[in-house]
Amino acid sequence: MAALQTMQGVPQAGDYIRILPEIVLSIFGMIVMLLDPVLDERRSQRTLGGIALLGAIAALAATLYQAQPRFWGFGFFDTVKLDAFSVFFHFVVIAVTILVILSSYEYMEVQQIRAGEYYGLVLFGTVGMALMSSAVELVLIFIALEISSISTYILAGFRRRSAISSESSVKYFLLGSFATAFFLYGVALMFGATGSTSIARISAALADYAGTGHGPMLAYLGVALMFVGLGFKVAAAPFHIWTPDVYEGAPSPVVGFMSTAPKAAVFAVLLRIIFEAHFSETVWLIWLAAALSMTIGNVAALVQDNIKRLLAYSSIAHAGYLLIAFASLPANGIPAAMFFTASYAAMNVGAFAVIGHFAGHGERYVMLEDYAGLGKRSPVLAAILTVFLLSLIGIPITGGFFAKFYVFSAALQGAHPLMGLVIIGVINSAVAAYYYLRVIVVMYMREPREDAPVAPISAGLGLALGLSLAATLFLGIYPNPVLKYAALSVGLLH
Amino acid sequence: MTPNLHLWLIPILPLAGAAINGLFGKRFSRQTVAAVALAFCGAAFAMALWIAAQFSSLSLPHVEVLATWLRSNGFSVDYSFAIDQLSLVMLLIVSGVGFLIHIYSVGYMWEEGGYYRFFSYLNLFMFFMLTLVLASNYLLMFVGWEGVGLASYLLIGFFFLRDSAAAAGKKAFIVNRIGDFGFLIALFLMIKHFGTLDFQRVFDAVKPFSPETAGVGFLTAIALLLMLGAAGKSAQIPLYVWLPDAMEGPTPVSALIHAATMVTAGVYMVARSHVIFERAPSALMVVAIIGTLTAFFAATIGIAQTDIKKVLAYSTISQLGYMFLACGVAAFSVGIFHLMTHAFFKGLLFLAAGSVIHAVGGEQDMRKMGGLRKHIPWTFWTMTIATFAIAGIPPFAGFFSKDEILWRAYQASWIYWLVGVVTAFLTSFYMFRLWFMTFFGEYRGAAEASHGHDEHAAHGTHSGPGSRAEAPFHSAQGGSAPHGHGGIHESPAIMLAPLVILAVLSVVGGWVGWPGSLGGNNRFDQFLGPVFRVSTPAVNSEHAQAGESLPPEKETEGAEPKTGQRTELIFTGISVGAGLLGLFLAWLLYLRRPELPDQLAASLHGLYSAVAHKYWIDELYAWLFVKPLIALSGTVLWRGIDQGVIDATLNGSADGARELSDEVRHMQSGNVRSYAAWVAVGATAVIAYMVWVGLRTP
Repeated sequence: MAALQTMQGVPQAGDYIRILPEIVLSIFGMIVMLLDPVLDERRSQRTLGGIALLGAIAALAATLYQAQPRFWGFGFFDTVKLDAFSVFFHFVVIAVTILVILSSYEYMEVQQIRAGEYYGLVLFGTVGMALMSSAVELVLIFIALEISSISTYILAGFRRRSAISSESSVKYFLLGSFATAFFLYGVALMFGATGSTSIARISAALADYAGTGHGPMLAYLGVALMFVGLGFKVAAAPFHIWTPDVYEGAPSPVVGFMSTAPKAAVFAVLLRIIFEAHFSETVWLIWLAAALSMTIGNVAALVQDNIKRLLAYSSIAHAGYLLIAFASLPANGIPAAMFFTASYAAMNVGAFAVIGHFAGHGERYVMLEDYAGLGKRSPVLAAILTVFLLSLIGIPITGGFFAKFYVFSAALQGAHPLMGLVIIGVINSAVAAYYYLRVIVVMYMREPREDAPVAPISAGLGLALGLSLAATLFLGIYPNPVLKYAALSVGLLH
Repeated sequence: MTPNLHLWLIPILPLAGAAINGLFGKRFSRQTVAAVALAFCGAAFAMALWIAAQFSSLSLPHVEVLATWLRSNGFSVDYSFAIDQLSLVMLLIVSGVGFLIHIYSVGYMWEEGGYYRFFSYLNLFMFFMLTLVLASNYLLMFVGWEGVGLASYLLIGFFFLRDSAAAAGKKAFIVNRIGDFGFLIALFLMIKHFGTLDFQRVFDAVKPFSPETAGVGFLTAIALLLMLGAAGKSAQIPLYVWLPDAMEGPTPVSALIHAATMVTAGVYMVARSHVIFERAPSALMVVAIIGTLTAFFAATIGIAQTDIKKVLAYSTISQLGYMFLACGVAAFSVGIFHLMTHAFFKGLLFLAAGSVIHAVGGEQDMRKMGGLRKHIPWTFWTMTIATFAIAGIPPFAGFFSKDEILWRAYQASWIYWLVGVVTAFLTSFYMFRLWFMTFFGEYRGAAEASHGHDEHAAHGTHSGPGSRAEAPFHSAQGGSAPHGHGGIHESPAIMLAPLVILAVLSVVGGWVGWPGSLGGNNRFDQFLGPVFRVSTPAVNSEHAQAGESLPPEKETEGAEPKTGQRTELIFTGISVGAGLLGLFLAWLLYLRRPELPDQLAASLHGLYSAVAHKYWIDELYAWLFVKPLIALSGTVLWRGIDQGVIDATLNGSADGARELSDEVRHMQSGNVRSYAAWVAVGATAVIAYMVWVGLRTP
């Protein structure tokens, strides 16, 4: 492999700073795993959760430290690259992790799940996701993808006493492995076509092909296979089919986690592959996947009565909106996609935190009818969920509005505006209003049901909700700083 | 040196009121809640008056930038507010009428539960509406635009625990989303072509273009998309269906949101974008045709409604149609003039109707009213003024604005005028029908007014213990009788005062637009002139074939030749005649010969049934859009693909793979093998496509 040829010396000190958050997360993950068997079972949850939280916060600090441009550049024999782009995704992924740990704290107690390795797996999964956003070498990307995926497979089955949860885990694992195989095969074909697994070299090799007169058929096949693998991970149609079942079965905070952080990371990979390797031939593929995801997601969500399934379809639809940015010009598409991931992460983690809290022991209350009169029984919780839902609809002064606004607006710039796709997207977001409103209507306009009790909000959950609420509103009211930072990546990728 | 007016305070004040009542209102007494709501709304109105007072010293348009909102790729939007003649008029209408309706609501909602929530939402609405009016760019306007929709949804749907109210709220929201779709795409096109959303910069960029007379260019596309947005918000064909249902909300809400302010936002937006519309003659024609059709169509439905609020709802749709007709013939200032007079008399009609409903214990069916004029004289007289105003009888406000619209419409095409006059007749007829049925003849309700409003009954679950303890505003009947429990009674003073003020405005409000043909000089038109004068495109040439030489927008009525004035007087006579004919016919049918309407309905059975059922438009939409979508979602995507089809079709092919683990085989739902097959099918498609691309690439 290309990377091997350059491997002459030992890594430099600067290299370690370039993967500092990953190192911090791994160390804390190991501490959690080591302490788990030692600690008293009843107390382990609090202590280990605390350590994990500390680890995630330390990783966030590490991200802020490495955000100084003097550390930016390639590391570890050109396999990782630290720049504004990877710092942005590090921040998003680790911030999501913090929110998930905060909201899991109470959830695991209510569900009476022994939680030691849970926090360890969350941290290890985050390592993979963080690494995905900074890796610029396909084999490393594959390894990072696997680290992240295997953690989420296990996390999905963490409600061990629930058949539906184990089922969800197995399904996710089987189908996920299937999809990863596609990706790996794609990488192999890419290597065959260009003689390298480094994205930069692939890009250069593909540019050389341009003049030779024969198309790099292997490379096209490789991209097709990689697209299948990554499309599965982000739940884009037609590879979305696993999503509702898995989301329904997995623990709610885990769903909040896996519907945002790994997706953000995979979208980062997709951005690198499509824009940095100049794969503009995929436009129509992405066009179709975006249109299908939006339409299938939103239309199927209309009749869902299980709120987790409903949000599963909603996340398929959101993957569709986001894909629109990938079909746009890089100068507009890249920042739009990055902004979208961040704001979707904020509102969706928040929504699942509310759902997880409300579900109660054994996740008994996840049907829409259980939410009847929630506005009366728990006004604060209902109001917060309403804000997240409004943001998912895309009402102004929430992050969800600007996320869609930028993506649609990006798609219309340039010489070949994607008018058709934008129209499909905007009509979809009009249809989508229906099922989000349905939840709001049930919460506020149905008689309260006494048999679905609402526990008081714990400090950790309160903090998680407060933070995601603040982020959702901040991105809607003052999106400028985030957008500016995202715009830095345009030159880096393109 | 331009003074800093702190325009941002105007919308922020009601927001503060909404926040205070929303967060702490639960612990406040009703008096405190009302005081907070009134104080913050009143402060906004006071600021509007203060700005009006020093208006002449401003250099217009006066723009105040608060902060940078976002800036990327050379495209930037600010939090910035602007005031010019047009937004001043809107500002005064919104804050003034809004304040009056706030006062009225203090009395009207006194016995309702959720008092603090109601006022919190009402203030929230004011915040968004004032943002919409004062915004100096399309994006901030869109924030207000979506916000008023949200507040309206809260006020229709959240207030009463009724299924029909929840459904109505949702319907309003979703129909509006369809309109917003147009608005949003128009914004994207503006970003693409002009690189900005700032009003001034967009209009400056548009000005060099000449009208797109041949074919549909991007200006026409933008204008049509904006009109789609306006049709949603202002309840025009084909998106009008939500407004009648929105009457489920409390009556003050109907007055404020669904008559005086929010629904006119579409007219304001079109008038604001006149520079674009003037360069898109075919879009303008669409605006005029939609306006004319809606005006006529809604008026015919209004004839057969028996619910007093539904009559007013269709009348609102119809009147909004007039405003769009005015915009469509490029008489934007006249459209805004009618918007203003309509805010006065329609706000008044709704508030008076609320007072009537209040008086008869929550009854809304006019067939169960009658003879009320003796019992509720204040309500009767104010409503009489409003009825004469909307019927276009001089010298009431509606006469001036409607007459002006018809005259300008005639100059564009006699068809617009003819339909407009027929609509004026219909308007007068159904309004006087309402008037006679409600206030004249014998009382047809139960001997004792039923106990409590329907609204109250339905809403009972919201009221906490002790919420009915105090009723200081209900002294009109001798203080001791709590309202709704006695006989028919007049409303308390706090509700009557806004009625009287609006009644005065419904009389004198039109005088500012006294036309030249009647010896005035139309000061309203002159005042708005600078806003609409900026460009003199060649739109009018298109209408030249109508045989009249249309005075360009910048000329005032006084400059017209004498012959034009004489013609105008004849037309004025005709439209007043149409109004009087409506009055006469209503008198004949509903007072003199009350048995006639039934006979007529029987002899015109088919037509009557069509009108009474609102032409089955709701049913048509359900059949065309809602049912197919639900069927697609429920049958095809959910039961079909999710659960059935793949299992059925792909299981056979996957039979060989049975030796999977126990866990997999015992799954309850969703089949892993078929899911995998699904992924494989998708993968095949993707690979096939890329191979095709690879083969095609030389």
